[in-house]
Amino acid sequence: MNLPPDYWQTLRLTLTLASCTTALLLLLGLPLAYALAHGRSRLKPLLEAMVSLPLVLPPTVIGFYLLLAFSDSTAIGRFLINQLGLSLNFTFGGILAGSLAYSLPFMVQPLQAGFGQVPRSLTEAAYTLGKSRLTTLWRVLLPNMKPALLSGAVLTFAHTLGEFGVVLMLGGSLPGRTRVASIAIYDEVQSLHYAQANAYALTLLAVAFVILVALYWFTKKDAARLS
Amino acid sequence: MIDFHLLKALHTAAGPRLLDVALTLAPGELVALSGPSGAGKTTLLRMLAGLSRPDGGFLTFDGQPWYDHARRQWLPPQRRPLGFVFQDYALFPNMTVRQNLAFAAEGQPDARRIVDELLELLELSELAERRPAVLSGGQQQRVALARALARRPRLLLLDEPLSALDLPTRLRLQDALADLHQRFELTTVLISHDPAEIARLADRVVELDLGQVVRVGPPVAPAAPATVLGQVLAVLPGGRLRVQLPGGATVEVSGTAAVGEEIGLAINVARTL
Repeated sequence: MNLPPDYWQTLRLTLTLASCTTALLLLLGLPLAYALAHGRSRLKPLLEAMVSLPLVLPPTVIGFYLLLAFSDSTAIGRFLINQLGLSLNFTFGGILAGSLAYSLPFMVQPLQAGFGQVPRSLTEAAYTLGKSRLTTLWRVLLPNMKPALLSGAVLTFAHTLGEFGVVLMLGGSLPGRTRVASIAIYDEVQSLHYAQANAYALTLLAVAFVILVALYWFTKKDAARLS
Repeated sequence: MIDFHLLKALHTAAGPRLLDVALTLAPGELVALSGPSGAGKTTLLRMLAGLSRPDGGFLTFDGQPWYDHARRQWLPPQRRPLGFVFQDYALFPNMTVRQNLAFAAEGQPDARRIVDELLELLELSELAERRPAVLSGGQQQRVALARALARRPRLLLLDEPLSALDLPTRLRLQDALADLHQRFELTTVLISHDPAEIARLADRVVELDLGQVVRVGPPVAPAAPATVLGQVLAVLPGGRLRVQLPGGATVEVSGTAAVGEEIGLAINVARTL
């Protein structure tokens, strides 16, 4: 199979985007999922709805509003550009921000379920042993929800690999900067380069499959260890 | 010494009630909390531990205020020197027996020695490197007890710690508990439904019902089984006998005997709480 000229560059960009999205969403998703799992605020349904919105919205809608928010025609965009020096549209930072929004529920929902599944008494036992919330989170909660952490990370990674609409709206298709594999496939098909499109498509298929097999294998192993 | 008067709204099967309990516990005392489910026993124990917030009242431990509604004082559970044994044991599944204890003993100068001593005392040394999931109920209970003591608490709170265990295991653990209570000079509050257990362990029993104290006093030892003689009237299918009691009443019991034979029947007086 003859590989497209930008094959490795595009692949590297795609994997970098998915890795950065996963790492950042782990950091952002943990406190959010913890608050959703344990919070009793009346605003909780509102927060849950906001987290889940990307599941039901067309990616183009998310992309469109982020495009507006990052442009100098809105107050937010002007603040980002003038005060913070962040010009996000058609950059890697822009598609990263889009990916964070788009994949948020894929990280938060498994983590929220994971927090919910750890018996409340484990947290309380740690408290009666004098442990702070942070120590309890780090030493008791997280080690006992490894399958949820893994699901969140893997689903986020795989979902980011597969995103198309948000990246296209925010990033366009600039080779080496914003053109990820899913967009490269579309471009190659548009230009009737079916062999090149197939190279990308087959790669994505293989990566997604391997990731999911690994997820189910590890989850099974971990369940056997703890039961 | 523990001195408290605690108030909290309860949501019982019989509708909303107010838990309202005032009590003073002497140092070294072992008090049993007893009463039907929904009486507020667990809620009271959780309020002592700081796991539930009272709606009103106060709680002092050796003169130190742990909770005072009027002065808006509240000491979080982390800062109360107590050990809590949960009904479901709440052992950390990701840690071995030794790690469960070491986690609890962390931060004390002689943590290692405390852990070794407790493992030995509760006959857990052989199981130290196992995870809780592979232990029996009685073994898990011993780990939970050891872990609760690893922080050298002065107050030990136990929520029906032995109810899920078979009788021989329960009796052995009652002995262990009585011994530990003495050895570590603890003040202990124990929830129990078993009159025999209460009689064996407790200095005082506090009976609760619908959030109110209905009796405080020394535990009442359950009566020994009484025996009556009866005459077998008929042998029924399925290994049942119809027996006439001295007063003339008849009962059906399981057993094997011939018609006309005189047999002894043991009567166990159980009080349903």
